[in-house]
Amino acid sequence: MAAIEITGLTKTYTVGFWRKRPKCALKPLTLTVEDGEIFGYLGPNGAGKTTTLKLLMGLIFPSGGGARILGKPMDDPSIKAQIGFLPEQPYFYDYLTAAELLTYYAQLSGVSARERRTRVDDVLHRVGLTDSRRTQLRKLSKGMLQRVGIAQAILHDPKVVFLDEPMSGLDPIGRREVRDLIATLKEEGKTVFFSTHILSDAEALCDRVAVLNKGELRVIGSVGELTSRAQGRVEVIYQGIRAAALDRLVIESHSTGETTRIIVAQDSLDAAIEAIRRANAKLLSVNPVRSTLEDYFVEKIADPVEAVP
Amino acid sequence: MNSRNRVTTAATLILLVCLGGAATFVRKLDRLRGDAALQETLYIPSPVVLKRMSLGYTGLLADIYWTRVVQYFGGHHHEGAMEYKLLAPLLDITTTLDPHLVVAYEFGGTFLAQKPPEGAGDPDAAARLVERGIRENPDAWRLYYHLGFIDYIERHDAKAAADAFERGSRVPGAHPWMKIMAATMAEHGGDPNTAKLLWTKIYENTEDKLIKANAAKHLRSIKANEDIAYLDQLVAAYQQRVGQLPQSWNEMISAGYLRGVPVDPSGTPYRLQSNGRVQVQHPEDFSFLSEGAQPSR
Amino acid sequence: MSARVGYIAWNTFREAVRDRVLYNLIFFALLMVGASLLFGQISIGISKIVLVNLGLTAISLFGVIIAIFIGIVLVSKEIEKKTLYTILSRPVRRWEFIVGKFGGLTWTLVVNTTCMALGFFAALLALTHSFVRADVYLLIAIYFIVLQFVVVTAIALLFSSFSSPVLSAVFALALFVIGTFSEDLRGFAAMSQGGTRVLATAVAYIVPNFGSLNVISQVAHEMPISSQLVLYNTAYSLLYAAAAIAGAVLIFERRNLK
Repeated sequence: MAAIEITGLTKTYTVGFWRKRPKCALKPLTLTVEDGEIFGYLGPNGAGKTTTLKLLMGLIFPSGGGARILGKPMDDPSIKAQIGFLPEQPYFYDYLTAAELLTYYAQLSGVSARERRTRVDDVLHRVGLTDSRRTQLRKLSKGMLQRVGIAQAILHDPKVVFLDEPMSGLDPIGRREVRDLIATLKEEGKTVFFSTHILSDAEALCDRVAVLNKGELRVIGSVGELTSRAQGRVEVIYQGIRAAALDRLVIESHSTGETTRIIVAQDSLDAAIEAIRRANAKLLSVNPVRSTLEDYFVEKIADPVEAVP
Repeated sequence: MNSRNRVTTAATLILLVCLGGAATFVRKLDRLRGDAALQETLYIPSPVVLKRMSLGYTGLLADIYWTRVVQYFGGHHHEGAMEYKLLAPLLDITTTLDPHLVVAYEFGGTFLAQKPPEGAGDPDAAARLVERGIRENPDAWRLYYHLGFIDYIERHDAKAAADAFERGSRVPGAHPWMKIMAATMAEHGGDPNTAKLLWTKIYENTEDKLIKANAAKHLRSIKANEDIAYLDQLVAAYQQRVGQLPQSWNEMISAGYLRGVPVDPSGTPYRLQSNGRVQVQHPEDFSFLSEGAQPSR
Repeated sequence: MSARVGYIAWNTFREAVRDRVLYNLIFFALLMVGASLLFGQISIGISKIVLVNLGLTAISLFGVIIAIFIGIVLVSKEIEKKTLYTILSRPVRRWEFIVGKFGGLTWTLVVNTTCMALGFFAALLALTHSFVRADVYLLIAIYFIVLQFVVVTAIALLFSSFSSPVLSAVFALALFVIGTFSEDLRGFAAMSQGGTRVLATAVAYIVPNFGSLNVISQVAHEMPISSQLVLYNTAYSLLYAAAAIAGAVLIFERRNLK
């Protein structure tokens, strides 16, 4: 059974005070997320990612279409106990402590009184906030609040976890921790659907991604599929003066002190190495460059819709 | 969608039912409390305190009190004279909050002075109120009229009345007939026509519906009084000529004393009793009948 | 289902307390102490009347203002700041949220009023040195004030389910003032004609009726309160509050949360 099945889900707002104009925040969206997948939902700011999540959570109501989560319609209250949600830039009750907040949420999620204490302690430990359990939320840093947010999303052991920009506001260490956490969630058999505009995170974690732009789904597929077109580039690092002959061949170039890193086309590799040798520069390394999602992104975002491969 | 619709329907039902229920209890409460809102005026320590407590919004509060007065005394709330005792304090409050609410002084001038059941029967309180109104509103020449009226009709003091009219006539903008009233008062203090003139002037010149209606009542009663006096004379003349009392108007018509059946100002024929006395069919329509309108000398 | 409503109510109460709402009690206590000291020294013969008037009016007004402002702030804040998102993604129905909030706010006001009442009775005792039988009616007056809070809170919630915090506060305050004079409004309506009369009568019955809930001047003069009045007031307030909350649920249920 698919964890999430979205069919033709769309949302249109009317904007304007006098002359009401329709504004389409999400064009009809159809996609499926399989059980146990980590699914990345990508797109620039304003693409409609948060809109999609809010529709799935029942915070806003669709203009058309629908979705099923764990086989049940998305507005069925009984599935709420089995999903977790972390909104973008979450805000919580300032005057509660981390433990109190999580206990409250556990109560609302129907966690039994016996289990509450252990669950809260466990999840606090998991996100690394055990020391701050008695600190009022208004005193926590943004990164810690983000971790509280993740904690409340997983505390009731949901089957599907929805995260909206889970890495936002985190320092590199925090981001690494969240990445690891998401990976662990998958190991526990959970399905993770997260939206982000940071492509390297998606690349590292996701089984499949979908790319959204201006409310429209552009493409969906595995990371490998999307980046498999080897752009045929090679990275060469050498030490020494820049050889003039290289300038013609170089796609990209970056120098730090005596070391230079250039990108050349596969076909031009031999010519480049020859030029370096002739300039008496010292060749340090030669590596093929895998294209990234970013390349794909930049290339594709301006283009018309591409069919699903 | 389904659960959402269920909740919507339930909420709509609860909303309508509870609102309806609440409205019925409002009616019950209104009936229970009756004039409680007015009764509360008796508990206010003093109008000056109320003025301070109204935080400067005295005008609005005065208007609210004024409409309470009108609504209560103009409506059909008072069966019986018992609640006129609230009128004086209410008017006191209203005029303290807004000393320039001239209509309140006029109202008090009329309804505080009149005898029960048409008024509170306290001409002195009425005069005090109107005099205060005059102090606060020197330009309101009509108040002098009310003062003179109270003096003449209720206190039977034609001289004081003349004096009031005289003072009023000197206010710039006063109607010229104030002078005439002053003169009439002085000369024809005891004349029944004077009262008729007074009421007619009030009727013609007041803007307040209740005061106007009251004046109309008085005028009808005066007319009825005159009619009855005249008819009594006719009956006596008939008796003298024919030798016995007439048993019906038709007899008097055939004898040439009347042209048609005499009717009172409300259009109902007068009643000729067997002992020769003339009466109105419905005395309750003529509240001021028994008194007439003549000051005793 | 009802357990969640209880949890939300308790959390609302906790938030109000920690948000230092109850600090208003300090101000009230100072007021009461000051007043009873002052009136104790001036023998003006009606010091009890004035203290009762002052104390009960303060309880009433403070409470209405608190009811409006926490009622609005606590709900609008949740909607604006998106704490609501993590609540509604759980098995919490929207109507449970509204009802729970209402319960928590009402409970906060009851606690607040109880503390104020204690302070008031203490001040009264300090002034009169003993209670009389008629002082029972003071409790009834306070009960009516609590009923008033229930209605005001429901109205505040109704407005904040669709309107911005500032507008909600303004509307709620306006309705409170209008509701105080609703008896006069019904009088006006009875004196008008035609279409105006229909409209005015409808409005006069829909606005809340606070006049009958204010028995402060009566109890200050130790006049008794009829049990019928207690019954009618209770029924009215609960029905009206239920209607307002139903309205809030209705609006909130269909609202898109941006």
